[in-house]
Amino acid sequence: MLPELGHFALILALLLAALQAFFGIAGPALGRERWIAAVTPAVAGQFVMVATAVGCLAAAFIGDDFSVRYVASNSNSALPLFYRVTALWGAHEGSLLLWILLLAGWTVAVAVGAARLPRAFAARVLGVLGVVSFGFLLFTLATSNPFLRLDPPAGDGADLNPILQDPALAVHPPILYTGYVGFAVAFAFACAAMLEGRLDQEWARWTRPWTTTAWAFLTCGIALGSFWAYYELGWGGFWFWDPVENASFMPWLVGTALIHSLAVTDKRGLFKSWTLLLAILAFSLSMLGTFLVRSGVLVSVHSFAADPARGIFILAFLVLMIGGALALYAWRAPLLKSTAGFEFGARESFLLFNNLLLVIAAATVFAGTLAPLISDALKLGTLSVGVPYFNPTFMLTMLPLMALLPLGIHAGWKRGRLSDSTRVLLLTLAGAVIFALTLCFGIFAHGAVLTPVGAALGAWVILASLVDPLDRWRRGLSLSRAVLGMTVAHIGIGLAVIALTSVESFTFERDVALGSGASTSAAGYEFRFDGVAPIEGPNYDGVGATITVTRGGAPVAVLKPQKRQYWVQHQLTTVTAIHMSRGNNLLVALGDDLGAGRWSIRIQIRPLVTLIWLAALIMAIGGAVAASDRRYRTARAPAAAPLPAAAGEQPT
Amino acid sequence: MRRTRLLRLPGVLAVLAALALARGALAVDPTEMPTPELEQRYLALTHELRCMQCQNETLADSPVELAADLRHEIRDMLLAGKSDAEVRAFMVARYGDFILFRPRFTARTAWLWLAPGVLLLVGALVLGRVLRQRAALLPQDLTPVDEDTPN
Repeated sequence: MLPELGHFALILALLLAALQAFFGIAGPALGRERWIAAVTPAVAGQFVMVATAVGCLAAAFIGDDFSVRYVASNSNSALPLFYRVTALWGAHEGSLLLWILLLAGWTVAVAVGAARLPRAFAARVLGVLGVVSFGFLLFTLATSNPFLRLDPPAGDGADLNPILQDPALAVHPPILYTGYVGFAVAFAFACAAMLEGRLDQEWARWTRPWTTTAWAFLTCGIALGSFWAYYELGWGGFWFWDPVENASFMPWLVGTALIHSLAVTDKRGLFKSWTLLLAILAFSLSMLGTFLVRSGVLVSVHSFAADPARGIFILAFLVLMIGGALALYAWRAPLLKSTAGFEFGARESFLLFNNLLLVIAAATVFAGTLAPLISDALKLGTLSVGVPYFNPTFMLTMLPLMALLPLGIHAGWKRGRLSDSTRVLLLTLAGAVIFALTLCFGIFAHGAVLTPVGAALGAWVILASLVDPLDRWRRGLSLSRAVLGMTVAHIGIGLAVIALTSVESFTFERDVALGSGASTSAAGYEFRFDGVAPIEGPNYDGVGATITVTRGGAPVAVLKPQKRQYWVQHQLTTVTAIHMSRGNNLLVALGDDLGAGRWSIRIQIRPLVTLIWLAALIMAIGGAVAASDRRYRTARAPAAAPLPAAAGEQPT
Repeated sequence: MRRTRLLRLPGVLAVLAALALARGALAVDPTEMPTPELEQRYLALTHELRCMQCQNETLADSPVELAADLRHEIRDMLLAGKSDAEVRAFMVARYGDFILFRPRFTARTAWLWLAPGVLLLVGALVLGRVLRQRAALLPQDLTPVDEDTPN
C-alpha cells in the first residue's frame, strides 16, 4: 500500500509543479495578483508530496519490501539499517527522487528567503524552479519510476553494491546534489531577470548568497567523492579525470567563475549578460552531469541505446531547458548594455581573467571527456583520454590563474592601484619562494621542474590573501563576512595547490610480493608482512592482513588491510589501511594470494594528501561564511516592483 | 572485478550492474625491477596504458588477466632493453589507439591537443578588446565605488 501512496504523491507533486510553473510565470506576465498568490502554496504542497514519496520509498527499504522492484534490486535483508536507508539513492531511480526532493527543499528555502524580494520577481523565480521540477518529475514517472512492483515478489534483495556500503559514499550524493540543485536557483534567478527584463546590481546581490551556498556544497561533495575513491577503491588515487568525476568538476569550475562574475555585477553593474550566460551554463552542466552519468552516455555510447526512452527524454528536456534559456537570453541580452568603465589594472580586469581561465579550463575538461564519444560517433576510431592529457592542459590555465590571484585581490575597483601594493606583493612573493625552496630542497630534496613553481604559487596565494584581513585587524577595523569568507576560500585554494603539487611530485608507490615475516623498505619506512587471518562482518567475510610499519626501528603503525567477499553479490572488494605519519599518508592494500603464504601488497606513501580534502573543506567553509554576510540578508525590496514585464534596465 | 572507478555516482550502477563479475579486487604485481630507473619507467608505462577490458582503468590498477599479461609483456620488453616508444608502438599495433590514455598527436586528435591553446589565444584577444573598450568608457563613468564593501 505504501509504495502506491508514494507513487500517487509523486503524481500530485507533478501536478503541483505544473501549477507552480504556470502561475509563477504567467501570473506576473499578465499581472494577475491572485495567480501570483497561488505560487507559494504550490511550492509548499509540492514539497510535502515529494517528501511523502521519499518517505514511502524509505519505508519500503527499511521494511525489506522486496515486492518493490527498486528495493529488490538494491537492498537485502542482511544489509545494515544505515545502508538500507542510503540504498534509496544507490541507483538511478532513487537518486532522481533524491534530486527532486533537494530541489523541492531549495525551492521552499527560496520561497521563504524571497519574502524580501519584489513579489512578481519572486513568483518568476519560483515559476522557473517549477519548470525544472516538472521536467524531473515527469522523467521519473515516465521512465524511472522507483515504485514499480514485482509480481511475484523477490524472496530477498540483490543487495546494495558493496562498494557503496561506505559512510562517505552514503552521504556523498546528497551533498553533491545539493550543490547541483543549488545552481538551479541561480539559473532561476537568471531566467526570472530575463523574463522581467530587469537586471541591476540589486539582482546580483539577491543571487549571490544562493550561488555561493550551492558552490560550497558542490565543493564538499566533490571532495567527499575523491576521499572515498582514495581509501575505498584500493588503488590509492584521489582523482583520475574519470568522466564521472569530470561531470561534477565542470559545473564547479563554471560555478566558481559565476560567483566571481556576480561580484562584479553586484559591485559595478558590469558583465551582466556574461553573468547570465554563466548561470545558464553552470546549471546546464549540472543537469548534464546528473543525466549523462546516469544514462551511461559518458561510459559508453552503446549503453545509451540500452534504454532509448530515457535517452530521448533527456535529450529533449536538455534541449528545451537550455535552448529556452538561451532564446530568452538572445531576446533580452541587448537590453543589458552597461556603460561602466575601468582601468586595465583594476580588479574588474583580474576577475575577467579569472572567468576566462576558469571557463577555458571547463571547456578543456569538456573536450577531453567527450573526445572519445565524438571520435567514436564520427567513426574516427576509438580513443582514450586520461590523466596524461588532463593534467598538463589543466595546468595551462591554472598556473596563470594562481599567479594572477594575489594581484587581483590587491587591485582596487575601477582604478587599478596595484602600485600601492607593490611592496606587499613582492614581500609575500619572496616569502612564498622561500617556502617553496624549503619544501622542495630542504624537506624532500628532489622534485620536478614544476614542483617549486606550484609550491610557490600556492604559498603566495595564501600569504597575499592574509595581508588585507590582518591589516584590517591590526588597525581595529571591522571585517565583513564577505571579505572573511573570500580570504578563507582563497587560503583553501592555496593549500590545495601546495598539497596537489607535493602529492604529484613526491608520491612513492610500489607493489611487492611478501611471504609471512618478510619485509620491504620504502621511503625510509620498513613494512613487515605478518601474515593473513580470516575475518567476518555482518554481510561479508574475507581475509585481513597485518603489516607492521617501523621507521628506524621505532614502531609507526600496525596496518590491517582487508579483502572482503560480500555474500549476496559475491563481489570482492579491497579495504585499504591508511596511517598518517609526519604529514605522509601510508596506504597499504592487499592484493592476491600468490601461493605458499606469499601475498602481493601495494604500498603507497603520499605526502600531504589529506590536505587536499582539508583544503576543499576550508574553501567550502569560506563560501558558507561569505554567503552569510549581513549585506545579503538586509537587502530591501524596492517599494514598487515593475509589473508587468517592464523592459529596460536601471541606470547604473 | 574491480569495475569501480566509474561508480563515483551510484546511479551508473544500474547501467554497469551487468558488467559486475566477481574477480580480484585489486591488481598487484610486484613492481620491483633490477634498477630504480627501470622501475620508474615500468610504473609510468603501466599508468598511462589502458586496461582493454575495464571501464576506465590503467594497466597498473586493473585486476583482469589480460592486464596482467600485458604488464608481464611490458616488464619483459623493458628488461630486453626496449625503449618506452617501442613498448607503446607495440601496444598500439596490437590493440589500437584505445590503449593509450595519452592520445597521440595525429590529424584526428589535433583539435583536442590544440583546443586549450587556441581557446586561450581567442580568449586573450576578446579580453584585450573588452579591456580597451572599458578603459575608454572610464572618463565618462562618474559612478562612485563603495569602498566599505570591498567584494
